[in-house]
Amino acid sequence: MVTLNYSIEGLLPMKGLPPDWPGGYWWHWLFFTVVLIAFVLVMVLGAIYIERRGMGRMQSRLGPNRTGPFGLLQAVADAVKVLLKENIVPAKADKIVHWLAPIIAFAPVMMIFAVVPFQDGALLADLNIGILYIVAVSSIATVGVFMAGWGSSNKYSLLGAMRNVAAVVSYEIPLVLSVIGVVLVAGSLSLNDIVLAQDIPFILFQPLGFLLFFAAGCAEINRAPFDLMEADSELVAGFHTEYSGMKFAMFYLVEYAEAIAISAIIATLFLGGWRGPLLPPWLWLIVKIVIVFFVMVWTRATLPRVRIDQLMALAWKFLFPLALINLFITAVQVLVWPDGLPWALIFLNIAVMLVLVILWSKLFRLGWGRLEV
Amino acid sequence: MKFERFGTGIIKGLMVTLVHLVRHPTVNQYPEQRLNMSRRIRGNELIWSRERCTGCGTCAKACPQGAIELVTSTVFKDNKYNVETYRVDTGYCIQCGLCVEACPFDAVFMGYSYERAKYRRNDLVQTNDELLESPARPVSGYFHPEIAKGLPDQTLLVEKIVEKRK
Repeated sequence: MVTLNYSIEGLLPMKGLPPDWPGGYWWHWLFFTVVLIAFVLVMVLGAIYIERRGMGRMQSRLGPNRTGPFGLLQAVADAVKVLLKENIVPAKADKIVHWLAPIIAFAPVMMIFAVVPFQDGALLADLNIGILYIVAVSSIATVGVFMAGWGSSNKYSLLGAMRNVAAVVSYEIPLVLSVIGVVLVAGSLSLNDIVLAQDIPFILFQPLGFLLFFAAGCAEINRAPFDLMEADSELVAGFHTEYSGMKFAMFYLVEYAEAIAISAIIATLFLGGWRGPLLPPWLWLIVKIVIVFFVMVWTRATLPRVRIDQLMALAWKFLFPLALINLFITAVQVLVWPDGLPWALIFLNIAVMLVLVILWSKLFRLGWGRLEV
Repeated sequence: MKFERFGTGIIKGLMVTLVHLVRHPTVNQYPEQRLNMSRRIRGNELIWSRERCTGCGTCAKACPQGAIELVTSTVFKDNKYNVETYRVDTGYCIQCGLCVEACPFDAVFMGYSYERAKYRRNDLVQTNDELLESPARPVSGYFHPEIAKGLPDQTLLVEKIVEKRK
């Protein structure tokens, strides 16, 4: 994947950092691999803390506050607890599949971060098909989930995994369609170039695309309110019912790493990535990731969980047509006014978003055939 | 036209959770912060008064669990039997308070304390002097309004939180 980096180097002379920063092919590879793994693990710990404390306060609780100062070490304590637990494998489980599933679920999430720029040119591999690569790689996590459901030899695990696959496949479509809007405006698939193109954050050019991407992204990673396949207050766990110990920890890690990955993609595509005044670029990226993740926690604490039919209806009746319309409008804008006034386009796009959302809410009703209260 | 169906409902909900995020949470950090119990609490102790007890055994008859064991001498003097053993297995006690209500001589009380769990089962069986009132074993105002008057008012969590949020 790194070799691609060099083939496009000649086409993009304007780079902040040389593509093999901090010097040398292998040194670059080693440096970014270590940094990314450390980054993901630390961010996951931070995300668990933000989620538990933030959601606690939103529910008028305090959240974990006993372990370490302000409960900061709660995630560490949980990790240690889970690692010390016995690793139980069901007697009739498909041992190899059961064992491989958490790894196959985790690897693609790590791979997403390979193309997220922390600074101009500071990324593991500046693929010219970056966002396509993300879409392709992130779907592999679903295979891991299905392997977990299948390998557990438990019908409820299998049902949870199948629902998960159905949801993820459905939500992939609006997700990708809303990404194409951004790609059209930026004129490139490379995340580094998309960030460089954002003199004004694309959330203003693509407000509808942002909403669609956010909703579809939340559903893609099974976060509330779309977490019905692993609804912890209703079911045991969905696909990872039969997992314990280290392997369960891997799935837990995947869940939050995916949330961080989606936050990073949203921050990069819509919020201007590492760009920002005063602070160093990598800190801006982290700040934006945390903000997006906080909004995810916020929606989780606010919205009730949807049913499976509502989940599918939202994907196919609401997000999918709106994503198509958004793509069409963006394409027309890019074709007709390639150098149009940015602020005029921004107001037009926000107005279009409001009209479309209200219009579609009228066409699209939850619970057909039910009496309105 | 109901705007709740057009996205405003979601925004309203988000605002509610945001307000909850910044205000003081409705919690009490129990071991450090304690609220005053109800003055009529039926705490997990039984308190017995040797002076007032006549050994009539009404409490033992009233107890639905049969947790009270009473042994008296057969000598009836000064309108009372001499109580030799008053033994309560508090492990059986369900804190119903029927013995307190039944006692015709106001010799049995519920305890005001809670957190009276024991490590050993035989610690739960309390006999004679272990059952007397003491500073460590205060009496609850249950079924005894005159005792309740002397106890501090119950603090309600809501009132404390409202006070803090002001």
